[in-house]
Amino acid sequence: MITIAEIVQLVFYAVVLLLLTPPLGKLMAKIFEGEKTFLSPVVGWLERLTYKLSGIDPNEEMNWKTYMWAMLAFNFFGFTVVFLLQFFQSHLPLNPQQLADVSWHLAFNTAVSFMTNTNWQSYAGEVTLSYFVQMIGLTVQNFVSAATGIAIMLALVRGIARKTTTDIGNFWTDLVRSTVYVLLPLSILFTIVLVSEGTVQTFSGYQTITTLEGAQQTIPLGPAASQVAIKQLGSNGGGFFNMNSAYPYENPTPLTNFLEMLSLLLLASALVYTFGIMAKAKRHAWVVWGVMFFMFASGLTVSLWSEYTTNPVTGVAGGMEGKETRFGVANSILWSVATTDASNGSVNAMHDSMSPLSGAVAMINMKLGEIIFGGVGAGMYGMMIFILLTVFIAGLMVGRTPEYLGKKIESFEVRMAAIAMLLPSVGILIFTAIACISEAGLAGLNNQGPHGFSEILYAFASTAGNNGSAFAGLTASTPFYDTLLGINMLIGRFGVIIPMLAIAGSLAKKKITPFSSGTFPTDTFLFGLLLLGTILIVGALTFFPTQVLGPIVEHFLMLNGQVF
Amino acid sequence: MNSKTLSSTLSFLSGEIVIQALKDAFKKFHPKLLVKNPVMFVVAVGSAITTFIVFQESSSFNIQITLWLWFTVLFANFAEAIAEGRGKAQAEALKKNRSQLIARLQTANGGEKSVSATQLKKGDNVICEAGDVIPADGVIIEGIASVDESAITGESAPVIRESGDDRSSVTGGTKVLSDRIVIRVSSEPGSSFLDRIISLVEGSKRQKTPNEIALTILLSALTIIFLLVVATLPAFVQYSEKASGQAGGALTTLPVLIALLVCLIPTTIGGLLSAIGISGMDRLIRKNVIATSGRAAEAAGDVDVLLLDKTGTITLGNRMATEFFAAPKILEERLADAAQLSSLADETPEGRSVVVLAKEKYQLRGRDVADVAGHFIPFSAQTRMSGVDFPKDGKKVERSIRKGSADAIKKFVTEQGGIFPKEVQTVVDDIARRGSTPLVVAENKEVLGVIQLKDVVKGGIKERFAQLRQMGIKTVMITGDNPLTAAAIAAEAGVDDFIAEARPEDKLKRIRDEQANGKLVGMIGDGTNDAPALAQADVGIAMNSGTQAAREAGNMVDLDSNPTKLIEVVETGKQLLMTRGALTTFSIANDVAKYFAIIPAMVGTLYAASSFSAGPLSALNIMNLASPQSAILSAVIFNALIIVALIPLALRGVKYRAVGANSVLQRNLLIYGIGGIIIPFIGIKLIDIIIVALRLI
Repeated sequence: MITIAEIVQLVFYAVVLLLLTPPLGKLMAKIFEGEKTFLSPVVGWLERLTYKLSGIDPNEEMNWKTYMWAMLAFNFFGFTVVFLLQFFQSHLPLNPQQLADVSWHLAFNTAVSFMTNTNWQSYAGEVTLSYFVQMIGLTVQNFVSAATGIAIMLALVRGIARKTTTDIGNFWTDLVRSTVYVLLPLSILFTIVLVSEGTVQTFSGYQTITTLEGAQQTIPLGPAASQVAIKQLGSNGGGFFNMNSAYPYENPTPLTNFLEMLSLLLLASALVYTFGIMAKAKRHAWVVWGVMFFMFASGLTVSLWSEYTTNPVTGVAGGMEGKETRFGVANSILWSVATTDASNGSVNAMHDSMSPLSGAVAMINMKLGEIIFGGVGAGMYGMMIFILLTVFIAGLMVGRTPEYLGKKIESFEVRMAAIAMLLPSVGILIFTAIACISEAGLAGLNNQGPHGFSEILYAFASTAGNNGSAFAGLTASTPFYDTLLGINMLIGRFGVIIPMLAIAGSLAKKKITPFSSGTFPTDTFLFGLLLLGTILIVGALTFFPTQVLGPIVEHFLMLNGQVF
Repeated sequence: MNSKTLSSTLSFLSGEIVIQALKDAFKKFHPKLLVKNPVMFVVAVGSAITTFIVFQESSSFNIQITLWLWFTVLFANFAEAIAEGRGKAQAEALKKNRSQLIARLQTANGGEKSVSATQLKKGDNVICEAGDVIPADGVIIEGIASVDESAITGESAPVIRESGDDRSSVTGGTKVLSDRIVIRVSSEPGSSFLDRIISLVEGSKRQKTPNEIALTILLSALTIIFLLVVATLPAFVQYSEKASGQAGGALTTLPVLIALLVCLIPTTIGGLLSAIGISGMDRLIRKNVIATSGRAAEAAGDVDVLLLDKTGTITLGNRMATEFFAAPKILEERLADAAQLSSLADETPEGRSVVVLAKEKYQLRGRDVADVAGHFIPFSAQTRMSGVDFPKDGKKVERSIRKGSADAIKKFVTEQGGIFPKEVQTVVDDIARRGSTPLVVAENKEVLGVIQLKDVVKGGIKERFAQLRQMGIKTVMITGDNPLTAAAIAAEAGVDDFIAEARPEDKLKRIRDEQANGKLVGMIGDGTNDAPALAQADVGIAMNSGTQAAREAGNMVDLDSNPTKLIEVVETGKQLLMTRGALTTFSIANDVAKYFAIIPAMVGTLYAASSFSAGPLSALNIMNLASPQSAILSAVIFNALIIVALIPLALRGVKYRAVGANSVLQRNLLIYGIGGIIIPFIGIKLIDIIIVALRLI
């Protein structure tokens, strides 16, 4: 049974998240609109210096295509750097363990993974990558991939709020402001807390010690705290160590566990509020936030119920396999739900060992496209796909050409939203199918039956959603998986970003129709229900068969006394 | 609506139309036509594949699936054909009016020669006399005639057409009843108004509207997703069969996969989409409104602001006597009697209304002019009075009754030594302030009282505007009246805003201003000076009685020339969009039940403990359908029949109520969203029971 103390912790978590959302959201809106805040005197010089050094005119406006090319060029540059750093790792400094160069396919996979804010890790950090690569390559991408997500959301909200213009902002400005004013200060603050609680931050090599039993054990170390802070805040999730936040040196105490969990959703949640302010639709933003929170809470409830229900095979309720004794069931499940909602992907327990339905919840969270808070910025622009679909289908029912916040939704927007909805699903379904019937795909499996299927499915759902968490149990560092998963991450990221930028450009050009009583309302409880219905039905219809053949049949088999 | 409109001469769905539609439905199997509808094209391809399989492996199950898949396409074709059929029948009726006409062409030297109407060119002059059918659209350049326009409007009462004013345009196909006119032809052969109507009602040049295009994109995207879902399913099943050691354990033959695909893709809305569009235009035609494009009909639903002319739309068009105010110490009855007497010879609507009011209020029967031995004084611009004089007759003294403007009557009585009472002046000022016209009545030197003449607002119009307001539509009244009068009428009619002392350029400016604020503007007009505004408005309805310029500037023509029609047009536009949205929602919601029918049927046996027991996934068979085959067949049958069941709804349109968006949404969601989830569960279960009882499986 779940204890009162656990319930109190869960409620406390939700309340803190709710309370921090408005002030942080408001602050970010000010920052992104270039207003002065208390941070301006502290880090303003860094913003100005960056513009000066790189020759950016922060007031220059871009149309959507220019914005897109700037974003793509920047991302491609990031990819190239990370790829080369890994490929020539042995020739670079800060490599105390003298780790070898990384294979082409793993380097490709990892570079794509960190550029796309996925942080899928086909490698184990401590035995694959040097401190240098982790710091200069991965941590930098942790910042800028998160900032890219925020930038896209900003472009979108400008497209909605502005009228009869082609300007949707400046990618470089958005990128610099998100990094300098939001991600950097928060990460520094968080790193200090983490270090004070015992998360390691050192350049010294791994320590070999003698345990009480007299055995020799190697303890991996490294500059971890600084990377942990941003991997949690920026919905990245890529652990410094393979065990991610289940490892005591990444996540030492209940306090760090709470803060790390909070930062899974914090920025994404606050950005919904920022969206509301910038789109001048606060009530609408709260409705969207409510839908996200409802889905988060529902997933959590189902997951907890499933974990605390007695497994008829083992006779255990609240099984601890794959979970940290320091955190227990509730905190592990909260993390698993939050991390799959947030497109973060860091873990403090092994999802492979969860009950079938908890696994199903994690997978659904990702398959819906990471829209339950989602990645920083990415959650809100991903949600926009469903908002537009809802507005379009239901909007017709009030007898007007559908309008969203005064902008008419016409065939161009529908086409782009449809593409953004379609592409990640295409990736998940086709690649999973290929893996299911090919030698190379099946070779990676460590488990049989429906659980094996879930492992493959989870990997592609995780990469398409740019989540990066793994069901484990799948040996993914093969050329086959590295390549397919890498391509899948690219589709999941840019297959959504590019259509969304196109929508931003198209909406910006339109006039704003004033709201009247004949307009389809997007700030009501009813709209919330509709949005929820659209998400669930479209998501369920797309993924019902795969869910059935994976976790659902596993659940039924478990009830019949068979486990995998 | 007029009972004799050409449209209503055809019943809603006569047997003839149904038979013709069935024939056309088969013709629509032509791949060239099918490919226009991506959803149904996929169904047709699927049906073709299963047909091919039936020739290889003709199990009863496969044959039945194949038949029902073909039926699905047929039903969708039928829906479109029946929607078109109604228009075609109308077009036939119209074409009869255009039978070989001979025109009397005026030659350069003033003579005339007979030519076929088809040879007439723009700019030719033709002569029409009583009994002639007007051979082409044109403008009267000489003469006046009464014209029977019933061929176009269905209205049998003749109308007067006259050169040189707003009523100078005539339409080809209408008939001159009296007099002689010369017409200058204004349309090229083949592009006359009648030709345009025919091609519109036939739907031959129907183009998809913007909204329909957007919806088609969405439906295509859903089709692609489901194509993917179904195409990847065999791979997942293959893995599961291997994992459970049950090779071939799942029911994933090609016909079953195609059945699943057809059930999942939005065939309901895909099959009915074009029928909805065609019948939307058709409904407009039934209201005697011809839209030049579907785009215009759709835009009507989006209108935010309606510009309405006061006269004829909001008010009856004539001022009417509504009340008598007697002067002090005068019986109201005496006032009424005098007012009636003075108005007996007054044939203007105002004069008649005085007679009627007196009759209604004091049972004073309208006496015949001839019976009254008086001398009637007609209204003149100099005296600004009218009235009646009775000569001295026996005991009776000479009576001289006058009615007219306050100033004129004041002069009239004071000249005779009478006084104009202060109280009467107060009443006069009061009436004027309310926006009505005071008419003072006097007998000899005595002022009897005041008649209030009022611009009478049409009955029920206030409620109409209130409904529009709830729909989120703002109404703006346009009038030539002074601001005071305009404000009073605006308040009484309940319009949101008005433009007083309006000139044509004011209308145009107002439309541009509203559009600059992102609003869609609808207006109705008839005069040539309305043409720029009609062209600028997003929805411009020209009255058929209006000038050629107005008719060409607008994107709709109202054959009844009834200005209130704009409101109905807006409602039809909204209905069009609502029907599409409702059926799309219904179609998507249906998929939930179909999944629960087909997925357990396909994979229910996987991971079974033994070959005799059901697999764990048969727990998903929540409808408890008899067998996998019956489940799949039931879903396919339901999917096909629901198209037929919804044809009447598609043709009629979702019921429209003038309430706010939120209530409309709630209602439609309940019916088509929640209903769309529940109904197929019941339908599929029933069909399953029936096909099992009939031993079809």
